[in-house]
Amino acid sequence: MFQTLYDKLWNLHEVTQREDGTYLLYIDRHLIHEVTSPQAFEGLKLTGRKPWRISANIATPDHNVPTTNRTKGIDGINDEVAKLQVVTLDDNCKEHDILQFDIHDKRQGIVHVVGPEQGLTLPGMTIVCGDSHTSTHGALATLSMGIGTSEVEHVLATQCLKTSKLKNMRVTISGKLQEGVTPKDVTLAVIGKIGTAGGTGYAIEYAGSVIEDMTIEGRMTVCNMSIEAGARAGLVAYDHITEAYIDNRPFTPSGEQWKTAKSQWKDLVSDKEAEFDKEIKIDGSSIAPQVTWGTSPEMVCDIDGLIPQADNDSIKHALDYMNLEPGKRIKDIKLDQVFIGSCTNSRIEDLREAAKVLEGKKVSNSIKRAIVVPGSGLVSQQAIDEGLDKIFIDSGFEWRAPGCSMCLAMNPDQLGEGEHCASTSNRNFEGRQGYGGRTHLVSPLTAAASAIEGHFVDVREYLV
Amino acid sequence: MKNTINYHKGQAIPLDRDNIDTDQIIPKQFLKSIKKSGFGPNLFDAWRYEDEGFPGQDISVRKINKKFILNQEKYDNSDILISKKNFGCGSSREHAVWSLMDYGFKVVIAESFADIFYNNCFNNGLLPIALSPNEIQILLNLAEARKVIEIDLLNQVIFSEDNEIANFSIDPFRKKCILEGLDEIGLSLTHSSDIKEFEKKRQKESPWIFNDKK
Ligand code: SF4
Repeated sequence: MFQTLYDKLWNLHEVTQREDGTYLLYIDRHLIHEVTSPQAFEGLKLTGRKPWRISANIATPDHNVPTTNRTKGIDGINDEVAKLQVVTLDDNCKEHDILQFDIHDKRQGIVHVVGPEQGLTLPGMTIVCGDSHTSTHGALATLSMGIGTSEVEHVLATQCLKTSKLKNMRVTISGKLQEGVTPKDVTLAVIGKIGTAGGTGYAIEYAGSVIEDMTIEGRMTVCNMSIEAGARAGLVAYDHITEAYIDNRPFTPSGEQWKTAKSQWKDLVSDKEAEFDKEIKIDGSSIAPQVTWGTSPEMVCDIDGLIPQADNDSIKHALDYMNLEPGKRIKDIKLDQVFIGSCTNSRIEDLREAAKVLEGKKVSNSIKRAIVVPGSGLVSQQAIDEGLDKIFIDSGFEWRAPGCSMCLAMNPDQLGEGEHCASTSNRNFEGRQGYGGRTHLVSPLTAAASAIEGHFVDVREYLV
Repeated sequence: MKNTINYHKGQAIPLDRDNIDTDQIIPKQFLKSIKKSGFGPNLFDAWRYEDEGFPGQDISVRKINKKFILNQEKYDNSDILISKKNFGCGSSREHAVWSLMDYGFKVVIAESFADIFYNNCFNNGLLPIALSPNEIQILLNLAEARKVIEIDLLNQVIFSEDNEIANFSIDPFRKKCILEGLDEIGLSLTHSSDIKEFEKKRQKESPWIFNDKK
């Protein structure tokens, strides 16, 4: 039987099928953050259960941490309720001896940036986290899925996820991307094509020359937003780029283990003859920079497009909320804030690209605030070593400490009511970035160039 | 403890919209809680109130958005929610399910559900039912007409005034979970020996996964 990459990963982890038809899938790595774990630990306590395998778990606070005033650590969190959540994570990790990169640790950051960076995300693994963007880790040929808090408790207690098999979808992006078109534009274009429920019930494997040419950072951006297409998991096959990325990371195996691992990982590709339940094909060279105009990631269009007519209630409601008029040019949308960050686009490569555009330029006077939030302490350090922080600061961006920040605005970084924001994050839902805030999802390149002009610009013209 | 349902009779609220995401169901500022209860007053917070909500606020002084359907008197005492495509999309936050339940909803009926939300429902005893667009339209109309809707989980049928509206499918085990409020973890732990055996095999084949991180 020919197998897809998903099938192979599944077969490597299937423990048993229960009488009811569901499966127990063994979980190699469990990532934990402060927001979705407290109730799970509480559940364990109430039932007198213990974590099954401590070494599988790794924690870091990210959603709630402030991006300023970080030298004070936990004391720098002014919001008492948020502080309690971060302290609770600390306590739970201490009680169970779980490794945590805490708020003082230079390795702290967004959990989906930290895992791969540390070599905690390794090909062939199953990875879960109480966070829907766990799909990110699939870029390294892992089977990675977001789970709810009850499932967090289940995984802690049994080292297994109770689940059913997903169907296989392959999205093939052929050709070559145009200059200025990034992995973020690719993923937004895919969502625009299949819709936010198009991937429901599927694991999406991304393939084709565009993906083969992409860096791991780029593949992570694409896999990250699989959940915005409704798919619980995104996947990319193992290749030499994966191997080079993993080599020499802190938790990457070494010596004999490294050799054995590599020989196993080679097989983490879909068999040529494997059949997918659904195939989507996209010509990569036809993808333009993308901008969302609505309140769902599928409400997206090319940078040179127009705001659509309000043909149905969903569009009408979205345009009302966004205060946009049908027929107007995307490029004419005026911006109030710019946010570069989130688990979609806060890796070193994203910062380098944005900095390239910003070098020697100034953020437009009409922009009230532009912030850049590195995905982890180590990304931040790397960027500082390369002098990127200076480029950002000189151009008028605020350079912040790592965390989720304005991606979901649980900390003080928020949009004001009615403000339009060019954001490199993943969700443009109503109020996501602040009460009444209006989010437009874009790539780091588009965000940077638009910050300079005060409205959206086509980076393809900007780069010449 | 998990809720159980076998037969439910009640009135419904028609939330006639696609892609209701979990950020709308319960906005992020309320996720700072370390508890599973108390989310009901902030369910659909940004739509229900005219001002911005924050944790610990005195709800009674807030300005109510009278236009939002949950606030219309006509729909008081409803405990079934009816919506359209891709309900519960976005963030994995189980708080969405906790808030719907805390508010008093027992059943959510929609054209389709996002995967993680759907799982989260069963893990808490909120019954999600997926129906065809036509059937949803009938239910939306019934909800508007304030008709009583009856959900017979045992036989997987929905009635109103003795008329059969729809049959629905549900995974047999998940059905059992809602009927009996099963302890999922306890059930999985009956397979402990399988898990241990598997783990041993995996450790032998791919030992690096088990390297101690300290
Ligand atoms: S950066 Fe945003 S999407 Fe990513 S984990 Fe944090 S809140 Fe979630």
